[in-house]
Amino acid sequence: MPDGPEVSMRVWRGDPGGGEFAEYTLPSQEGEVVLDVIHRIQATEAPDLACRWNCKAGKCGSCSAEINGKPRLMCMTRMDDLPEGTVTVAPMRTFPIVRDLVTDVSFNYEKAKQVPAFKPASPGPEGYRMQQIDVERSQEFRKCIECFMCQDVCHVVRDHEENKGRYAGPRFFIRFAELEMHPLDTNDRRDLVREQGGLGLCNITKCCTEVCPEHIKITDNAIIPLKERVVDASYDPVGWLGRKILRRHKMSAEEAAADIT
Amino acid sequence: MAEYESHEYDVIVIGAGGAGLRAAIESKQRGLRTALVCKSLLGKAHTVMAEGGVAAAMGNVYPEDNWQVHFRDTMRGGKMLNNWRMAQLHAQEAPDRVRELEAWGALFDRTGDGRITQRDFGGHRYARLAHVGDRTGLELIRTLQQRAVSMDIDVFMECKILRLLNDAEGRVSGAVGYWRPSGEFVLFTAKSFILATGSIGKSWQYTSNSWESTGDGHAMALWAGADVIDMECVQFHPTGMVWPLSVRGILVTEGVRGDGGVLRNSEGERFMFDYVADMFRAETADTEAEADRWYEDHAGNRRTPDLLPRDEVARAINTEVKAGRGSPHGGVFLDIASRRPAEYIRRRLPSMYHQFMELAGVDITAEAMEVGPTCHYMMGGVRVDGDTEAATVPGLFAAGEVAGGMHGANRLGGNSLSDLIVFGRRAGIGAADFAEGRTGTPEVDAAEVDAAVAAALEPFGRDGGENPYDVHHSLQDTMQSLVGIIRTGSELEQALGKLTELGERAEKVSVSGGRQYNPGWNLATDLPSMLTVSTAVAQGALARRESRGGHTREDFPNADPELGKVNFVQRQHDERGAGAPIAIGPEPLPKMPAELLELLQEGR
Repeated sequence: MPDGPEVSMRVWRGDPGGGEFAEYTLPSQEGEVVLDVIHRIQATEAPDLACRWNCKAGKCGSCSAEINGKPRLMCMTRMDDLPEGTVTVAPMRTFPIVRDLVTDVSFNYEKAKQVPAFKPASPGPEGYRMQQIDVERSQEFRKCIECFMCQDVCHVVRDHEENKGRYAGPRFFIRFAELEMHPLDTNDRRDLVREQGGLGLCNITKCCTEVCPEHIKITDNAIIPLKERVVDASYDPVGWLGRKILRRHKMSAEEAAADIT
Repeated sequence: MAEYESHEYDVIVIGAGGAGLRAAIESKQRGLRTALVCKSLLGKAHTVMAEGGVAAAMGNVYPEDNWQVHFRDTMRGGKMLNNWRMAQLHAQEAPDRVRELEAWGALFDRTGDGRITQRDFGGHRYARLAHVGDRTGLELIRTLQQRAVSMDIDVFMECKILRLLNDAEGRVSGAVGYWRPSGEFVLFTAKSFILATGSIGKSWQYTSNSWESTGDGHAMALWAGADVIDMECVQFHPTGMVWPLSVRGILVTEGVRGDGGVLRNSEGERFMFDYVADMFRAETADTEAEADRWYEDHAGNRRTPDLLPRDEVARAINTEVKAGRGSPHGGVFLDIASRRPAEYIRRRLPSMYHQFMELAGVDITAEAMEVGPTCHYMMGGVRVDGDTEAATVPGLFAAGEVAGGMHGANRLGGNSLSDLIVFGRRAGIGAADFAEGRTGTPEVDAAEVDAAVAAALEPFGRDGGENPYDVHHSLQDTMQSLVGIIRTGSELEQALGKLTELGERAEKVSVSGGRQYNPGWNLATDLPSMLTVSTAVAQGALARRESRGGHTREDFPNADPELGKVNFVQRQHDERGAGAPIAIGPEPLPKMPAELLELLQEGR
C-alpha cells in the first residue's frame, strides 16, 4: 500500500442467511464519491461485492444505500463531504437482502401495479393545451428517480413489516398526488389511496422529504394535500355535492380500480 | 445437461429503455404474448440519462418547421451516410409519437399558449426539442414504463441475455441468459425477438454510458448471423465533465448551449467561430453579435457555431486542448454563468446545476464549467429494414441505439429519444407481423443452450486466472488511446492486435464467490460482447479511409465522395461467436428517391 492519505470503509457483506461488516482500506483519491470506492474494492480485493448502479450521475436511482446510517445515493455522496474516519455502507434496511448492498425492491414494483393508470380527457380540436404553471405541480413529482430511499426510511414499513400489505409508501403517495393534480387526468383515486394505499398511516414526520435526492417536497406538496383531498372526498357532503355539480366527472374508486387493466 | 427454466412467448424484447418499452407496448397492444427482458431494474435503463429533449418538427415555436426540414437537418448532420428511409420516417412520425406520450401522461414544458414548447439544439434549424427541463429521458422512460405496467406486460428484470439461438432454418428462435440475483439460467423461446440493448460505450475509459452499455445486442446479432453497419461511427459528445477524475465523462447536456451557454478556451475566446466547416458556413453566424441575436430571432440571424453538430464541436475542442488552449484539467470552458441570470439557469437546467454543485463543487450560475469530449453514442449497429426494423436474419428485429442507419455518421442531439419511440413502435409492429405469420412452435437445439450455459460458467472452474476487471481496464485503455476520437491506420492495426490478445486473456479469467449477484462474474460474461463490438469498431475504422461525422482519421482528414456512397457491412459467416472472424466490406447505400434528394439541395 503506497504512503499517503487513505480511506477506510466498513461494507456490509452477506445474504438472506446473515452477514457482517467487512473492512477495506484503500488509498484516497481526489473528488471521489462512495460508489467510486466501492468500484475500486470490486476491481481489487472483492470482485464479488454486490451493489446496484447504472448512471453514476444521480439520475437513475439504482445505488441507494445507508451511508453512515443514512439513506443516500452512493454516486452522489462525496467522500470528502463525510466526517473523517471510517465510512460505513449498509444495504437499505426496509427491503429483504439479496446480497451485500443489493436488496429485493420488488415491494415497490408491486405497489406500482396497484396505481390505476393515467386516463386523460379527450383532446380538443387543437390537441391538449395546458399552462406551465398547471403542469409544474405534477412535474415536481415526476422528477422522482425511484431510488426508493423514501420507502426505506419511512418508519410505517421500516419498523413494521406487517404494514407492507396495506401501505403504498411515500413514493406512491407522490404518484397518486401527481395523477390527482395532473391537468388532464380523469380518474379519481382518493378512496383508493386511503383504503388500499394506507395514506392515514402516514403521520407526516417528513423523513421521506429529508432523504429525497431530488428534493421533492414529498410531505408538504404531496402527502398533506392528498390527505386534505381525501378528507374532502370522504367526509364533506357539501363539497362532494359541489364537485358533483361543478366538476368534470371523475371515476369512483371501484371504477378506477377496475380500470387498472 | 444444463439446468434452466424456460419461457415461451410470441415476442421477446431484450432491453427496456425507450425503444424496448415502446416496442413491447406495441406488440402487447396487438394482443401478442410479449415479454421484456432487461439487465437492470425496470426504469433504470440508460434512457434516463437523456437530458435535452426529443426532436420532433411539431412547429409549436417556429411554425415554418416541418418534417422536410427535420429530414434535411438529420441527413446533413449524418454526413449523408444515413439510411434515407429511416431519416424520412423518423422526421414524419416523431411529432405523433410525442403527442402520444402526452396522451399517456408525460408532462412536457409548455409554450405561452399552452402547447408543448421546443428548445434549440445543435444541427437543428429550428427550435425543435420537446423537453422537460433537462430530464427529458426520465420523463420518457417513466411514461412508457407506467404504460407498460398498466398493460400488464411481463418483465424479467435483472436478467442478462448471453446469446440468441437460431432454429434449423436459421430463424432466431431462442435466447439464453441468467438471472443476476440468483445466477440461475433461463431460456426464452419466441417467434420473434427485438433487440433494444442500447450502446457500447463501456469499452472506452471516458464515457457517458452506464455499465450496461456493453454492446450485447450488437454482438449477439453478429453471432446470430446478422449484418451490422457503420461500426466505425461512434459519437464523442463534445461536453462531458472532465473533473474530478471520478466523474470524467459524465454528460453535460447540449441544452446548456441551446439555452445560451458558449464554449471558450483558456484565453477566453469563443473558438467555435474558427471551426465552421464549409458545409455549414452559409447558415452559421460569423460574429458574436449575430450569434447572440440568433437566440431571440432565428429568422433574421444565423445560428451560433456553438451549436454545430456534435462531431464538429468535439473535434474543435480536441484541437484547442492539443494546441495548449485548454482548461486546467484538460477540457475547455462552457460558460452560461456570464450570459444568463442565475434563476433562468436553475429553472432551465436544474439537473446540470445539481450535478456540478454536488460532484464538482462548481456553481454553474457563477462560474464556467470545464468540459471535454466523452464517448457517448453508437451510430452504427444492426442493419435493418427502414419500415419494419427487421434485421438480415429472420425473426430478429432491432430498434434504438443498437440499430444502425438512422443517424448515418453522426447523430444530432434530440434525434435519439425520437428514434426510440418512432422505431420502437415500428419494431413492435414488424415483430408482431412476423410472429403472426410464423407457423409452428419455435424450437432451439438443446445442445446450444448447454454450450452457452457451460461457457458462461467456465470462469468459476478456472483457478488462478486473471481478474475480469483487469481485462476490462486494459480494453478501455486500448479503445481510449487507439480507437478514440481521432484515429490513424497504424494505431487501429495496433488496436486489432491488442484486441486479439485481450480475447485470449478474456478466455482465461477466473471469478470467485457464488453465482448470486456477483459483479465479477457478470463482468466476465459481458467481456465477449465488448470484445466483439470493439473489434468491429476498429475494423470499420480501419476500412473507412476518410473522415466523416463521428469517424475522424488523422491520416485521411477529408471526406471521400466515393466512400460517402457506401456502408461498411460486417458479418460472421460459417464460424460465429466471440473470437470468430468478422468479414467486412463496402456495400452501396440504399438509393434515395429524387424528391428527397431535392430537399437536400435546397439552401446549398
